[in-house]
Amino acid sequence: MERSEILNKVKEILEPYVKNEEAFGNINEDTSILDDLQVNSARLVDIILAFEDEFDIEVDDEAADQVGTIGDAIELIHGQIN
Amino acid sequence: MGAEAGLSHAEVLALIPQQVPFRFIEEIAELSDTHAVGKYTFKQDEFFYKGHFPDQPITPGVILLETLCQTGLVALGIYLLSLEMPKDEVTAYRTLFTDAEVEFSDMVLPGHEVIVHAEKVVWRRRKLRSKVQMHRSDGTLVASGTVAGMGVAT
Repeated sequence: MERSEILNKVKEILEPYVKNEEAFGNINEDTSILDDLQVNSARLVDIILAFEDEFDIEVDDEAADQVGTIGDAIELIHGQIN
Repeated sequence: MGAEAGLSHAEVLALIPQQVPFRFIEEIAELSDTHAVGKYTFKQDEFFYKGHFPDQPITPGVILLETLCQTGLVALGIYLLSLEMPKDEVTAYRTLFTDAEVEFSDMVLPGHEVIVHAEKVVWRRRKLRSKVQMHRSDGTLVASGTVAGMGVAT
């Protein structure tokens, strides 16, 4: 799966949790999920679970902790499905 | 590790931090690693009846939501934590509300007993999401939905 395709799916998963629409509109791999998109940190578990379902992967807690930016999320998913 | 490894119903009740006048669980009828059942009878003199509404007391939806959470997140959360860590460490975490989607379908009046059934949907990294239902003791469904909370170190 291409990174751009992963990005689109990640965006779909994140959208309901995003508080900053402008940052979401300008999303790129450097965008921080918590700081820029202003996603509530309590939602991260839901987001990781959604990644697992969508991409049929398993994300352990340590790997989940490493995800700060959109690029980190894509890297994690890309690494597991390819 | 069997179900016996967790806290007893009485131990969980004793660890629930909410107290009168914001305590809406009196009894735990069932508790397992997948579900909890709690009960509460609304007293005639609960503090909110004075204002909600004068001369026509009805339990506010927000209080019913809290009642759903005290069984579905707090009690169940304490129990689930107790399966993962020594009992005396469970109190290091406090369950805080994160989100909910809930529907109310009937009223709860002073003196009514309610029974909350909660079923674990997600439990991961101290985040708990539960599917919850509240019935009056006559079997009428009064509230249903999902609630979620997170164990936060205090």
